[in-house]
Formats: sequence, C-alpha cells, structure tokens
Amino acid sequence: MAELQFREAIRDAIDEEMARDEKVFIMGEEVAEYNGAYKVTEGLLDKYGFKRVIDTPISELGFAGIGVGAAMNGLRPIVEFMTFNFAVLAADQIINHASKAGYMTGGQITCPMVFRGPNASAGQLGATHSVAFDSTYAHFPGLKVIYVSEPDDAKGLMKAAIRDDNPVLFMESEQMYGMKGEVSDEEDYIIPIGKGKIKREGSDVTIVAHGKMYHVAKQAAAQLEKDGVECEIIDPRTVKPLDLPLIIDSIKKTNRCVVVDEAHPFAGFAAEIGFLIQREAFDYLDAPVQRVTLPDVNAPFAKNLFDAWLPDAKNVIDAVNQVTYRN
Amino acid sequence: MAKKKDQEITFAPKGIGDEKDGAVQKGVDLPAPTKKKHKALGLSEEDLKAMYEQMYLQRRFEERAMQQYQKGKFGGFLHLYIGQEAVSTGTVFALNDDDDIITAYRDHGWGLCRGISANEGMAELFGKKTGCSKGKGGSMHFAKTENHFWGGYGIVGGHIPIGGGLAFANKYNDNGRISTCFFGDGAVDQGALHETFNMSQLWKLPVIYVVENNGYSMGTAAKRHTVAEIVDRAKGYGMKSAVVNGMDVFSVYEKMNEIAEDVRKNSEPWFVEIRTYRYRGHSMSDPQKYRTKEELEEYQKIDPIERLKTYLKDNKILSDDEIQEINDKIEQEVLDAVEFADNSDFPDESELYDDMFVEDDPYFHI
Repeated sequence: MAELQFREAIRDAIDEEMARDEKVFIMGEEVAEYNGAYKVTEGLLDKYGFKRVIDTPISELGFAGIGVGAAMNGLRPIVEFMTFNFAVLAADQIINHASKAGYMTGGQITCPMVFRGPNASAGQLGATHSVAFDSTYAHFPGLKVIYVSEPDDAKGLMKAAIRDDNPVLFMESEQMYGMKGEVSDEEDYIIPIGKGKIKREGSDVTIVAHGKMYHVAKQAAAQLEKDGVECEIIDPRTVKPLDLPLIIDSIKKTNRCVVVDEAHPFAGFAAEIGFLIQREAFDYLDAPVQRVTLPDVNAPFAKNLFDAWLPDAKNVIDAVNQVTYRN
Repeated sequence: MAKKKDQEITFAPKGIGDEKDGAVQKGVDLPAPTKKKHKALGLSEEDLKAMYEQMYLQRRFEERAMQQYQKGKFGGFLHLYIGQEAVSTGTVFALNDDDDIITAYRDHGWGLCRGISANEGMAELFGKKTGCSKGKGGSMHFAKTENHFWGGYGIVGGHIPIGGGLAFANKYNDNGRISTCFFGDGAVDQGALHETFNMSQLWKLPVIYVVENNGYSMGTAAKRHTVAEIVDRAKGYGMKSAVVNGMDVFSVYEKMNEIAEDVRKNSEPWFVEIRTYRYRGHSMSDPQKYRTKEELEEYQKIDPIERLKTYLKDNKILSDDEIQEINDKIEQEVLDAVEFADNSDFPDESELYDDMFVEDDPYFHI
C-alpha cells in the first residue's frame, strides 16, 4: 500500500489508463501547460504531449460537447471542469446529449466518457462556487455519478469510470485534493462502479455518507464511540447506480439510519435514501430516518455563517441522538 | 430635462408587412446557381437519376408522413424538410460514405439520403420496433451510425459541439474522414455555435458547419432574430466561408465537393450558409402567419426537384415517361413503407429498459 494524496491517486488512475489505451485523452481548462488548476494533471502533458492533454478556452458548453462527439466517434475523453459549478454551463451537453444519445438511437450510439472535477463547497468561496451536484445529475437516466471520499476509492473508481461505456460524472472535493490515504498498489486496481463499502462496522446506527461528508461522519462516529454508541458507516461511493442492498442489510442490523449529504435537502440524495429505506426496510426501523444536509440556503461568505451552513460532526451527533432517542 | 416621447419603445424589428411596397418579401436571397453542367461537375447520368430518385423519395416520404400524422397514426412533433431536399442530396453525393453527418431535428431527408430505408424511417415515425432507432427516437431522432449518420438532435444548437467532437475524433485518429454538421438559422444565435467555432478554428478541426438558412427560426424571420449576414459569423473566427444556393442540387454538390476536398487536404473548418426554403411550417402545429402566401409561391417556382427534372428532360437524360416510371416506383415504395410501419409491432414493454444501464437496477424500475 502506498500513501497518496487524492490528486495523486486520481492522476495515477488517469495516467495508467492513458498508458493502456491511446483512445483516452484529457481536456479542460488549464489541464496541460498550467499542469491543472488543482494539479491533478501535473506531468501528464510532458508524458503524453499536446495531442492527448489539451488546454481548452473557457467554454464549458463547447468543450464538453466536443468531448461528447469525440466519445460517440470512438474516443474515451476525460473532460475536466475546473469545478462542477461551471459545468452548469455544459449541462445541456451532459443532460440532453451525453445521457440520451444512446437510448434515443436505440442503442446505436455509446458515449464512453468521464466528466470530472471538484464538487460542492470549499472554504468561503461564496454562493457560485459551493454547490454539490451529485444528486442533481443522478436524477437523470443514463448518467453514472461517483463522489469519492478516499484516495483508494478515487484510484479504483476512476479507472472503472474511464473504462465504462456510459457517461460518468466523477466528483472530487477541492478541499480533499491534498488529503492522504492508503491506496492499493495492486496492479490494474479497479473498484466496480455501483458497489458501496462498509467503512466502519457498528451495531447501533447506520450512517450513510459519501464524499466530503464521509469524513464528517467518521469524526462524529469517533466521538459517539466515547459515549458508547457504535456507528456503522456506509460509503455508497457511487450515487448512481446505488448499492442499496448494502444499506438495507446494514439497517436490518442496526435498525436506525442517518443520511449525511453535502447537498441541499429538497429532492436530494438524502431524501431519496430516506424514501428507499422506508420502502425496502420499514419493518426493521426503530426510528424515522434522519438526514443531515445543507439548509435550503445558498452558501454564505462570512466565516461564521459558512461554518453554520455546512454540516459538521455536531449535526451528525445530534441526528444520531435523535434516532437513538438519547436526548 | 424632460424626455422626448415621440416614438414607441420596441425591442424587435417588425414582422411581415413593414417593407412590402407591393413587392414580395423574401426570407432569404439566393445567390446565383452554378452554370456548370453535370459533366463539368463530374456527375454521370446515373448520378443524376439517383439524385432525382433520392430527392423525390424525400418529398413523397414526407408528404405521406404528413398524411399519416393528420390521420393520427402517430404523435409528437413532425418537422418537414420539404423544399430543402437539394441540400441533403447535393451534400451526400459530394461526401465520401464514411464522412460523418449530424443534423438537427429536421432530419428525415438526411436519414433517407444516408441509407435509412423508407420502411425504417416510416416505422420510426410510427414508433415501431422496426424503426431505425427501434421506436425510441421518433421524428427528431433518426440515426444510422453504421452509415456515419449520427442523427437528428432536438435542442437548437446543442449538436454543434458534438459535430466538432466527431471531427476531433477523426483528426485524433488521423483517418482522413471529415465531419459535417447541419443546423437551421435559429441555431446561429446560440452560444454553442460560437464556442465551437472558436475551438474548431483554434484546433484546425476537419469539419464543415452548415447553416441551412431557410429564412425562419421557427416563426421568426432571420432579420428579426439575428444581426448582419449569417455567413459573416465566420469572419470573427478567421474561418473559411461560402454562401450557396440551396434550391439547386448542382450548386450544393459543386460547392460541398470543393469544400470537402479543401477540408480533407488542409484540416481547417468551414462555415457554409446554404440558403434554402421550407414549404411547410416549422412543424405541423405551425399556422405560418409570419409569412405570405406570395413568398412561398415565389420559392416554389424554383423548386429543386422540378429544376432537376427539367434539366433531365432538356438534356435528354430521361423522358417524361421514364420520370413518371421513377415517380410511380417511389410512390409505391413509400406506400409500402406506410403499410410496413402500420403492420409492424410496437416495441415490447420490456424494451423500455433496454439500451441503458438501468436495466440492471430494479430499484428504479416502475
């Protein structure tokens, strides 16, 4: 096992796939000569040249669409967005074209590509740079959505995403690029898309958390352990397709559930998980499913307001206390 | 100081009737057609017959489709290409079979030209499993990728970057293929066009962007929706450009042939404005109040199919009887297609989940 930063794990995955398959290339703003806005693509230009590591103008709609056309015509593009907030400009290409071309032509077209970049909030970036889009895109059929929480998942799932024949949205967190973690040094390490992981075993409550919120949940679980509450943490890793059986099995064991989600509450990931649990495991629940999300409010700038806005370990502990009736 | 209020404030130029002065207003001014005869263009008599058959097939296919739509045989939107057949036909004859074509929702003519049979096309309109897109695309989403026809797309301008992407892949693979991307004049106002033009020129993509300027963006005349000459959009990007008479199949063939050769040789994009005219409304639900009957009649006088027919007769390539024979054959082909579509099965309900990964995900089936 090697200890790698998030950005290194993603880079290794891209590098290995580019070396393996010359149809894989990466394009986006500042990915080449600047070595990546967050240094994910550092060194790739030197290794693969200007044909396969391509700087684009600030034209998200245009270059995302060029990626879609290139994917249809046999290549395997990785399109980097400097943040998924900017990818909203390219939403037409992702939602109306990449996700639909295959279905509406009766399977004649495939669109094997990855859209990747930082998702959700970083520190005090204000309202336009702080939105979590994983459940938004998961709403639309034909798109796979991954939001990873640890470098190991990033490596294995990025390689799977590049090899997948569907358009995959691969979400990262700007605040996590420097975070280190053990990464498998197994050759050609692939984690199948759609398989979650029990990241902490416990018997009292199931916490479902992915992306940056996994770390918040982990922090909360460590504190709750001191109070004698054993949390089981499930990281679904991929929002879609979703490993629901893993979550349901855990709830059958713990009988309680808290979903921690970095997005807004309405019609989001946490709402969906809550619904699915009540449908699939109602008889096993000892308390209503609780969710911890952002409020239905845009991201504020002021430090104190920002901290109040973003879910933290205390919010998770409060929710666990509610479902375990410990208040 | 008090404001002078001598004029009503408006934000859009007026519609029909403002510049009439007795003259018929025209949606688009056509450049002169080519003077070259077929031999000078490198077209054989067989080519000409095939062109005529292809154009007549598109026309009759759509006239019958319209009838079936009015009879309630299928629903959805139906955007007819009638009047514009010279554009698809001239282009397809000018390109290699493995060059890529992508277009917008007015796509039946393109599909037929690129090898979708009348049967497959009509069945797609009827939403039948025997359709070219298995009944999942409908009128706006014909496709036949094995013949490098990448389909019709329903978001105005949304497929322009995809056309660039098809060309990107061809350049990346260095396979000598070029891509052509067709769209209507309404699409020239979309940001997608400008972003894609910039990158296409910057990256020297082997692609021809073609606006089929039929004078109307749905119901809004070109002069009411866009500034200056459309072809001049190319100037801002240093892109090569041309204006072509789209009511004359020889003119389209000649120019697209020259341009395709240039693109293949130099790997540089072009922007071509092919001026044409659609006889029918934007879609079947369009009452066409934005144009005059006289205007339509002016263009019908220069109908592309009639023009080719006259050429064939004048040059003793086909007699009246031979033309009638072709027409009858195609009419039968289209009637057979209607019957085929009518008699075909709808897709099985189990096919709802096919062609998408959700087929493996029962939690999200209904």
